[in-house]
Amino acid sequence: MAIMGTIAPILTAGWMGANGDDGWRLADYVARGGYAMLRQILENRRPPEEIIAEVKTSVLRGRGGAGFPTGLKWSFMPRALSGDKYVVCNTDEGEPGTFKDRDITRCNPHAIIEGMAIAAYAMGANRGYNYIHGEIWEIYKRFEEALDEARQAGFIGQNILGSGFSFELFAHHGYGAYVCGEETALLESIEGKKGQPRFKPPFPASFGLFGRPTTINNTETLASIPFILKMGGEAYLNAGKPNNGGSKVFSVSGHVNRPGNYEIPMGTPFTQLLELAGGVRGGRKLKAVIPGGSSSPVLPADRIMECTLDYDSISKAGSMFGSGALIVMDETTCMVKALERLSWFYHEESCGQCTPCREGTGWLYQVVHRIENGEGRPDDLETLAHVAGNIGGRTICALGDAAAMPVQSFIQHFRDEFLYHIEHKTCLVPKDVQWAGSDFHRFGN
Amino acid sequence: MLDIEIDGKKARVPEGSTVMDAAQLMGVYIPHFCYHKKLSIAANCRMCLVQAEKAPKPLPACATPVTNGMKVFTHSEMAVKAQKGVMEFLLINHPLDCPVCDQGGECQLQDLAVGYGSDTGRFAEEKHITLARNAGALISMQEMSRCIHCTRCVRFGEEIAGVMELGMANRNVHSEITTFLGRTIDSELSGNMIDLCPVGALTSKPFRYTARAWELQRRRSVSPHDALGANLIVQTRQDKVVRVLPRENEAVNECWISDKDRFSYLALNAAERLLKPMVKQGGKWREVEWNVALDYVAHGLKDVLARSGADAIAALAAPHATLEELFLLKKLFAALGSANVDFRLRRQDFSTDGKKKGASWLGLRLADLRHQEAVLIVGSFLRKDHPLMAQRLRHATQKHGAEISMLSVTGDDPLFSLFAREVVKPSQLACALAAVLKVAAAEKGLTLEGVTGLESVTPNDTARAIAHSLIAHDKHAVLLGNVAEQSPQAGVLHALAQKLAEVTGATLGFFGEAANSVGGQLIGLGQGANAGDLLEKPREAYVLWGVEPELDCGNPQAAQTALKGAKMVAQFTAFKHTPALEYADVLLPTAPFTETSGTFVNTEGRIQSFQGVARPAGEVRPGWKILRVLGNVLDLPGFDYNSSEAVLAETGLSGEFAAGLDNRLSDTTVTLAEPAPEGLERIADVPIYFTDALVRRSAPLQKTADAAAPTARLAPATLARLGFAAGETVRVRQGAGETSLTLVADAALPEDCVRVAAGHAATAALGAMFGVLTLERG
Amino acid sequence: MMFSAETLRKFNREVAKYPAGRERSAVMACLALAQEEQGWLSPEAIEAVANYLGIAPIAAYEVASFYNMYDLKPLGKYKLTLCTNLPCALSGANHAAAYLKEKLGIALGETTADGRFTLVEGECMGACGDAPVMLINNRHLCARMVPEEIDRVLEECA
Repeated sequence: MAIMGTIAPILTAGWMGANGDDGWRLADYVARGGYAMLRQILENRRPPEEIIAEVKTSVLRGRGGAGFPTGLKWSFMPRALSGDKYVVCNTDEGEPGTFKDRDITRCNPHAIIEGMAIAAYAMGANRGYNYIHGEIWEIYKRFEEALDEARQAGFIGQNILGSGFSFELFAHHGYGAYVCGEETALLESIEGKKGQPRFKPPFPASFGLFGRPTTINNTETLASIPFILKMGGEAYLNAGKPNNGGSKVFSVSGHVNRPGNYEIPMGTPFTQLLELAGGVRGGRKLKAVIPGGSSSPVLPADRIMECTLDYDSISKAGSMFGSGALIVMDETTCMVKALERLSWFYHEESCGQCTPCREGTGWLYQVVHRIENGEGRPDDLETLAHVAGNIGGRTICALGDAAAMPVQSFIQHFRDEFLYHIEHKTCLVPKDVQWAGSDFHRFGN
Repeated sequence: MLDIEIDGKKARVPEGSTVMDAAQLMGVYIPHFCYHKKLSIAANCRMCLVQAEKAPKPLPACATPVTNGMKVFTHSEMAVKAQKGVMEFLLINHPLDCPVCDQGGECQLQDLAVGYGSDTGRFAEEKHITLARNAGALISMQEMSRCIHCTRCVRFGEEIAGVMELGMANRNVHSEITTFLGRTIDSELSGNMIDLCPVGALTSKPFRYTARAWELQRRRSVSPHDALGANLIVQTRQDKVVRVLPRENEAVNECWISDKDRFSYLALNAAERLLKPMVKQGGKWREVEWNVALDYVAHGLKDVLARSGADAIAALAAPHATLEELFLLKKLFAALGSANVDFRLRRQDFSTDGKKKGASWLGLRLADLRHQEAVLIVGSFLRKDHPLMAQRLRHATQKHGAEISMLSVTGDDPLFSLFAREVVKPSQLACALAAVLKVAAAEKGLTLEGVTGLESVTPNDTARAIAHSLIAHDKHAVLLGNVAEQSPQAGVLHALAQKLAEVTGATLGFFGEAANSVGGQLIGLGQGANAGDLLEKPREAYVLWGVEPELDCGNPQAAQTALKGAKMVAQFTAFKHTPALEYADVLLPTAPFTETSGTFVNTEGRIQSFQGVARPAGEVRPGWKILRVLGNVLDLPGFDYNSSEAVLAETGLSGEFAAGLDNRLSDTTVTLAEPAPEGLERIADVPIYFTDALVRRSAPLQKTADAAAPTARLAPATLARLGFAAGETVRVRQGAGETSLTLVADAALPEDCVRVAAGHAATAALGAMFGVLTLERG
Repeated sequence: MMFSAETLRKFNREVAKYPAGRERSAVMACLALAQEEQGWLSPEAIEAVANYLGIAPIAAYEVASFYNMYDLKPLGKYKLTLCTNLPCALSGANHAAAYLKEKLGIALGETTADGRFTLVEGECMGACGDAPVMLINNRHLCARMVPEEIDRVLEECA
C-alpha cells in the first residue's frame, strides 16, 4: 500500500518508504522530536485552558467522520470534578474505505500516546483507553508494545516526568463490530458489554465510561495534537482552509492504480489526490466516488471532480467529508451490486437495538438483493425510499442514517441503472465491460 | 420546576423529568413498548417518537429530558409519521398469529397496531423466524418470533430480580432474547417478566391456551403466601381460578408479585382437593354430610373436656389462616374454657411470651425499606422467605447505595451486594449479634446492662464494620428473619436486637413468617399456651386448622407423636393430606383464600380484607362459616355472625393500619448461651415452594429448581473431615427419626453444620429445625 | 478452571487494565484468549470466563454472540476470513473467494474435510488500501489476495 503525500509527513512520519513502517519505535519518534511537546507542557505547567484554546484556534475537526471541533469538545469536560475522568481514543476503524488510523497506529503509535497524554492533561483526565479494531490484531499488539515503551520511559503512568501529573493508558481491542466505532457503543464495549450505542443526553462528557466524564477522539485527531501545538494553532489552520484546518490523511481505495493513504492539506482538489493515487485504474473513465467512507452519499464523477477535499466543498456537492476515505468506482461498476454489498454490511452490523435499524436494514438489503438478482418489482424503488426514510433520523445512533444514505444517494444519482435492473432483470453495464474492469461481477457469491 | 406544553396543554413538571414523565403526569398518552416506569430507560423501541419544537428529528419521549419552555407535539405529522414508521417495522417480522396467540386481547402491539398500523403491509420479503426455547415450567418461550426486542425482560432480571437470566444474544435482525444455552429461568420473581412482555413472546406456561383475556372475571385478592400480602388480581372463568396477576399497590407489592403468589393457584384444582367432609370409622374413611362431621367434632371435643378437662384439648392453626378464622378458633376454644390455641408452629423458644409490649412487626412501612441507609439483617433466608422485601432492599442498595449487612447461617446470595456478612452456626447467631452490640455500645460510650456473658464475646472486623455502619447512618434498621424467630435462642436474639436498636437509634423489626403472623398476634394468639408445649405434652384432642403438622411444625417428630396418640384429631383443610389420613379422625373441607372472604394483617400492620373470588368447590365451606356453625353445634354463645365482616368488626381491628404494633420487650435481660452443642448442627430453611399447602401442590412450582428435593449440604471441609464425598447417599438421623439424603458440598455453609430443608415429606421424619444431626453411611 | 496457567495469567493482565470493580470490562479480551487457547468458544468456556469475572453467563454469552470474531462452533485449524466488502470487492475479493472455494473445495462457512481450513466471509477490516484482505485465525492480516498470494499464504499454514 502506498503512503505518500504532498507535504512533509506528520501523522505518517514513521513510514520509511521502502523500509515500510520501521520508524514506529519510541527512539525513532523521539528522534523526530516526539514527546518534546508533552515534556514542555509538563515542565512549564502550561495552563490547560491555553492548550484547549490553541486546539480551538487550529480548527481541528474530529477526524473520525463527524467533524466536531475538537477544542470545543475538550472544553465540555468538567475539569474540576474530582474522581476518575477518561480520554478514549477511537481506533475502531471499520467503515468501508477507511484505513488511515491503522497506518497511523502502525507507523506512528507514539504520536497517539503523546496526543492522548496531552489531551488528558488539558482535560484533567487520569485514565485512558485506546480502543483498537479487532481485525487489525497485529496493530493492537504493536500499540501495546508502544505503550510499554512509553510507560518505561515515563511518558505515561504515575507522576509523568516528575510533574505530578499522572495518566494511565491501556489498549482495549474490539472483536468484530463496526458499530463500536460509534463513541457510546465503544464505551459500552470497554465496559464489557455488547456494543449498543447509548441514548444521548447524557453525553459522555458528563456520563461516559463507567459513568464518569469521558472524551472520545479519533486516532488521527489525537495523533495531530502534538504537532498542532508544536506548529501553533494558527499555522495549522493556515495549512488547510478556513473552517477546515490543517492537513489530513486520506484513504483512497477501489479503482485507482495506487490505493493507499495520502497525507495532504485540507482543501486539496480531488483531482490532485486522484493523480497522487495513480489515476483511475487502466485509464478508464471515473463513474462515481463515495467521498467520506461508505456511509456518505455517493457522488457521480462530474460532481466529485469539481470538489476540493474539505468539509465545505464536499457538503456543498451533496455528500459528507466523513473520515476522508474515498472509494473510487470506474465505469465498469454496477451500482446496484455495489449498493447490495453495502446494504448487506449495514444489515449485518446493525446492533439490533432500535426497531427501525434492526428491522429496516434487513428489509433494505432484501429488496436491493432482489433487484440485483433479477427479481426487482416496479414499486421497489418507492419501497426503498420509504424504508430508508423511515430509518434515517429515527434511531439512537447514526448507523441508521448510515444505512439509509447510500440507498438514497445511489438511487438518486443512478436511478436509471436501478430501473434498468428492475425492468430487464439484468445490468445496464454490459457484461463484457464489467468483466473487463474487475472481477467484481464475474465471481458474485 | 420546568414549564412544558404537550399538544397545547401546559404544565409544570419537576426538574429531571422526561417528556414521557411529563405526559403521564398530564394524562397524555404516548405510545410505547420498551418504556416501563420501574425499569431503566432503553429508548430502543422508538414507538414514543414525538416532535419537539426546534428539534430537526423526532425524539423519543421516554429518554428526552424536558427543557424549560419546551413544546412537544405527539400527534403532529412528523410524530405520527415516525410512530407509524416504527409500527410498520415492528410488524414486518412479527408473525400474524394473533388468533392463536395467548396475548391476544391484552397485547400492547395489537392495541397500538390498531391505531398506528396499516391494514396492508408493504413488506413482501421473507419473514425472519426465531426458534422456540425451553425456559422451565413457568415461562413459555415457544413463540419468540413475536418478540419485539424491547428488552424489558432483560432489564427486569438485572435491575429488579437481581439476576440476569435472560439476555439479548446476537445482533441485527438475529437479535434474540434467550437464556444461557437452554437454561431455565429460576428467579423467584420470574413471572413478572410475563406481565412486562408487551407481546406474546413470554407467556405463562400454565395458563397457555386456557382462556381468552376477555372471557375472564377480574377479582381483587391478597396473597396468603408471605408476610408482605401482595395485592392480587385473581382471574376466574366459570368459578375456576385460571390466572393470578399483580394488582398494583405501590405501598405493598408495587407492580410485582412473586412466582408463588402467581402460580400457587394451580393447586386449587389438584386431585387431592377435599370436596366433602370425611369421617374415619373403623379405620375406614367415608364421606359424610357436614352436620355429621361437625357433630363428630363437637362430640369429640365435649367427650375429652368432660373426661380430662379443658387443658386436654388444643388447636393449632396455620399462620396464613384468615384473621376471622383465627379469631373464631380462639373464641371457640375460650368458650370451651381452653386457651390452648397457637399458630406459631415453627417457633421453639417462647421465653418472650408475657414480655412483649405488642405485636411483632416490620417496625417500619414496606415503602420505607427502600429509604433505609443501613440495615442489619439477622438470621434470614431473605430472598426466598421474602422475595419482594428483598427486592426493595436490592433497590435500596443498588439505587441509593444502602449498606446492608447480614448475620446469617448460610452464605445464600441475596442478589445484591452486601456491605458486610458473618456466616455462623445457628447456635452462634446470638454471639455474633452480641459482638455487634458490644462494639456499638463501646462506640457510643454506653455501658450495657443485663447481658450476662458479654465479656467472653470478642468482636471481629465484620462486627465492627456492621456496628459502625449502623451508627453512621440516620435511617437504619435491625431486622430479624425467620431463622431468628424459629431459633431456640429467639428470645435472646430479640432482646439483643432491641438493645442494638436502642444503642444505635435503629428501628427494630421482624420480616414476619407468614401472611397473618401479625394479625394472629393482634387478636391475642401467643398469649396463652404455646405450640411447643401443646405438642411436646400430648393432648387428647386436636383441632388442626389448615395445618399439615409434619411439614408445618418446627418439630415434626413431636407433632406426629402427639397426633398419633390423640383420641381425636379434627383437620380443617383444603386437601386430602395423606399423612393426615392416618392420624386424623375427621376431615372438614375448608376454603382456601380464593373461596372465602377474610383479612390478613401484613408485616407492616396493613389490614387487608378480601372477598372470595370463586364459589367454593364441592361442599367446601369458608372457614369462618364452619366455625360459626361449630359454635352453634357446641351450643356456645356469640356465634351468630352473618358475615366475615361482622367477625372482623368484633376483633376490633380497623383502619388502614392496625394499632398495637410494638417490637419491644419489657425485659431484655439475657444470658448468652452455652458453647455450641457437640456434633453437626442442623441448618433448616423452609424452601420457598415448601411453605404452605397450596404451593406444595402447585405442579408447575414443584417443577422449578427451588422445589428440588432436599439434600444434606455440608461445607467441603466438614465433608472431608467426616470422610464423606459429595454425591453419596447417607442416612441422616435426628432424634428418633431418620431419612436418606444425598450429600452436597456447599462452600457457603459454616463448618460442622448440615443444611437439611424442612417443610418436605423427605425430611418430615426428622426432629426440630435446630439441633444436632448424625450422618451414617449406607 | 478449564484454562491453562498461561491463559489465566493473561486474564489477570487484562483485568488489571480496568479500575477495581470493573472486571467485566475484560470479558472481550478473556473470551478472545479463551478462544485462542481452545480454538473456539464452547459453552463451558464462556461460562468459565463469566465465572472468572463474576458476571452472569448470559452476559458473557451476549458479548460472545454479538462480536463476530468469536467462534461459537468448532472450526478448522485455520480460519480464513475474507473481506468481501465494497472496497475489497472492487479490488477482486469475489475472485479471491471463488479461487479459495475452488482450491479448498468448500463453500463459504464450511470447513475442509481434513479439518485444516474454514472459509468465512468478513466485514471491513480497516485495511482497504491492501484490498482484497484476508484475516487468518483472527490474528494475521494478509494483503492483496490475488491467486499467487493466496497460494503462498496457504502454504505457510503448516
